[in-house]
Amino acid sequence: MKGFRLIHSVALIAGLLFLYVPIGILILYSFNASRLVTVWGGFSTQWYASLLSNQALKDAALLSLGVAMASATIATVLGTLAALALERARPGRAKLLFGGLIAAPMVMPEVITGLSLLLLFVALNVERGAITVTLAHATLTLCFVTMIVQARLATLDRSLEEAAQDLGASPWRVTLTITLPLALPGIIAGWLLAFTLSLDDLVIASFATGPGATTLPMRIYSAVRLGVSPEINAISTLLIAGVAALVVTASLILKREKLIA
Amino acid sequence: MRTDRRARIAALAPLLWLAAFFVLPFLMVLRMSLSDTAQAVPPYAPHWIGFGQIREFLAGLDVEAFRLLWEDSLYLNAFLTAIRIAGTATLIALLIGFPLAYAITRAPKSWQNLLVLLVILPFWTSFLIRVYAWIAILRPEGVLDRVLITIGLTSEPLRLLNTETAVLIGMVYSYLPFMVLPIYAVLEKMDRSLIEAAADLGAKPLTRFLTITIPLAKPGILAGCFLVFVPGIGEFVIPDLLGGSETLMIGRVLWTEFFSNRDWPLASAVAVSLLAFVILPMMLLRGFAGRKETAR
Amino acid sequence: MSTQRAAGPVRSSFAPWLDPGAKPLVSFRNVRKAFGAVEAVAGVNLDLYPREFFALLGPSGCGKTTLMRMLAGFEEPTSGDILLDGKSVLGVPAHQRPTNLMFQSYALFPHMNVAENIAYGLKQEGLPKAEISARVEEVLNLVRLQDFGKRRPDQLSGGQRQRVALARAIAKRPRILLLDEPLGALDRKLREETQYELVALQEKLGLAFLMVTHDQDEAMTMAHRIGVMQKARLAQVGTPAEIYEAPETRAVAEFVGDITIFEAIVTKVEGEVVTLLHPTIGTIELDDEGDKPAPGTRVDVGLRPEKITLGFTPPHETVNRVEGIVWDIGYLGDMTMVQVKLADGTIVRVGITNRTRRSERPIGWDDRVWLSWDIEAPILLDGAS
Repeated sequence: MKGFRLIHSVALIAGLLFLYVPIGILILYSFNASRLVTVWGGFSTQWYASLLSNQALKDAALLSLGVAMASATIATVLGTLAALALERARPGRAKLLFGGLIAAPMVMPEVITGLSLLLLFVALNVERGAITVTLAHATLTLCFVTMIVQARLATLDRSLEEAAQDLGASPWRVTLTITLPLALPGIIAGWLLAFTLSLDDLVIASFATGPGATTLPMRIYSAVRLGVSPEINAISTLLIAGVAALVVTASLILKREKLIA
Repeated sequence: MRTDRRARIAALAPLLWLAAFFVLPFLMVLRMSLSDTAQAVPPYAPHWIGFGQIREFLAGLDVEAFRLLWEDSLYLNAFLTAIRIAGTATLIALLIGFPLAYAITRAPKSWQNLLVLLVILPFWTSFLIRVYAWIAILRPEGVLDRVLITIGLTSEPLRLLNTETAVLIGMVYSYLPFMVLPIYAVLEKMDRSLIEAAADLGAKPLTRFLTITIPLAKPGILAGCFLVFVPGIGEFVIPDLLGGSETLMIGRVLWTEFFSNRDWPLASAVAVSLLAFVILPMMLLRGFAGRKETAR
Repeated sequence: MSTQRAAGPVRSSFAPWLDPGAKPLVSFRNVRKAFGAVEAVAGVNLDLYPREFFALLGPSGCGKTTLMRMLAGFEEPTSGDILLDGKSVLGVPAHQRPTNLMFQSYALFPHMNVAENIAYGLKQEGLPKAEISARVEEVLNLVRLQDFGKRRPDQLSGGQRQRVALARAIAKRPRILLLDEPLGALDRKLREETQYELVALQEKLGLAFLMVTHDQDEAMTMAHRIGVMQKARLAQVGTPAEIYEAPETRAVAEFVGDITIFEAIVTKVEGEVVTLLHPTIGTIELDDEGDKPAPGTRVDVGLRPEKITLGFTPPHETVNRVEGIVWDIGYLGDMTMVQVKLADGTIVRVGITNRTRRSERPIGWDDRVWLSWDIEAPILLDGAS
């Protein structure tokens, strides 16, 4: 309030407009009766209806959801373990090295991660498809989960764990009854992030998949290369709505948790 | 001591996973980049190396792919273009992101969480979709042209799609949240009384901003620039969908070498060089942070 | 130099430390703890007895918390031994030690309600459900929170949270309860009330308490014995009265309570009476029961503010008196702290109890006054270096 001047509100509004207008236009034209994306021909939900009859798109969506759930779950388990390790380890060379290794996939260009995984899968002579994409996505998203869970663990009062131990809980039980429940908001957020990153990924999936398995972003990408179409707007709108609902719910949960903690 | 042992046990599974699916594959890229183009046509089968075969292995290494990279100006240009575009996008993102982050910290406390959520939300929705949204806006006869023509700012279509400008717009748009969040995090934690103290000591608003706010926000600014610049260099989707054929960024070249030309060694060599370009700014940043740490 | 006769006005019948046959509950044997190059605890020997309320008193960073955490099992001593009931606890992990700690931050689990917090330790013992709820009920009654079992920690006031932390720690019926600055987070009024409650509870339970505090009033009011820790060492152990009236070192004397210290030379030792010479004050006579310093030694002599009498006319005695000028007056309500400047520039702090609401002759700045004291009043401290 004090110090919140006109210039600040201008910056805020301009910034948010920049972020949201393109998405708004995209959503708007998904309800366009005209096939021409730039000409408004009246309100219609026909493109949503036509999505339903597009079997290839539906298959791709199901595949992507399955891959996203599986890879997010693997990444959450491994990422949480890594976060616990980083939080517990004494400072030193080993911890620094491990932290660096965990963070590396995050800064590695996607094209390189994708290429290298493909080489691995070819060398191992495994059939590429949903499973290889899941493995690839778990590798990519693990570090994001670690980052979020570790941030949460860092805010935990160390004396809570000591108190539990003092009250007779073995280290294993302390982790199970105190550390993990308190880190849960971070773990949930980590899972969600891994899930959406997997759902979003085009590059790594393109490398890691085989002829039989096409993910939703791959389908959208090949459609986009052919040009703009209201059907893509419709599927995009559905994706945006789904993710937005997920994120808003999650942030409400986190907020409630925060009130308690 | 006990906590360290437990840390090691917890680290085991993620360590093995990353060794198998990150380190090992990358070593294979390294090996592939040093393979003979002719020998390494797909499907490529690796020659597993025993201790006795190291000599043979070294003899078999071929720097042909790297030589090609160096000699053909296409690749060097692609690298330079990638760095130029990523750098420009970083700068623009900073110019938009800093005021935005600063404005959020100045907004009423009860709004701040919502505003941060609004900034993050686009980041959670599909990257591909956000880039796609710009095609409809930038294409000839697209939304932007229509709006500009309607209000009379221009009579000709701008033909922005398939230009470097479009790539810049797409990059700034896609990576803006990465710039805003770290800066906001630093500004939000900043003690407001520092500004008041500076004012009390006679500093004018602009001086306060330049001598107190900016220096204290430096870690956030650096982190934000890093988070935009590094992934920007290797970007493939944005130049592919928004850029024209002349906007050759290195990520796109790698993709083409791999999927279209099927030249795996060359693609691998591109990957290795690209990584070097990514690691360099990271080392600089680390070195900077490290110096800070020791200074403290 | 120390007295073995109980110093001070209070006589307590509880004094197992004087009984050579009494078995200590906890023994620290030459315990040392180093963090890298920093020595946090340097060779501490200390016995704690069953039913005793012991306070470790010292400034922050003196090693008192580390000493306590070693007993709880969160730190391992670098060398030395810690015995509980005569058996070494070294190597026993914290969760297997029969000690419980009440944390300074209370460390209440935010994701559990009050009853679940208290039941947590009992569940770890694998007690049957019925017994757990009975025990939870019992301790909730004990800390007068019987209606708060379903509340979450964040729905409680600071004082209530403090009582939950206490209840959770005593629910396990530990051999000794450790309290880390138990009242540190409470405001002054509540702190005083809680002090008496804690003491009452300790007597009722018959449990040994080891408390860490930096607040000397807290240690004085609550503990049977106080251990003053300074620079990683235990400087003195004694009853509150011994610590206050018969401090063994200048550092302890200065840390506990107010004191003015003079440097003087011993001129004569006659029976219990030591005679000293101070350049400004002249002759000081004092009554001391400990080892006597030889004539000619330089010593430190301390005078507590409340042991000094202030008057406007010279006293009859020619020893233990000095003239000065009122330098500063601090009105504290129950008493007034007057600072008197002597001829050599030394400032002496004198405490005057405000018995009446109006004084016949109020003290003013720059008044010439006479200070005098009993032969019992001066404290003979370690020789000046």
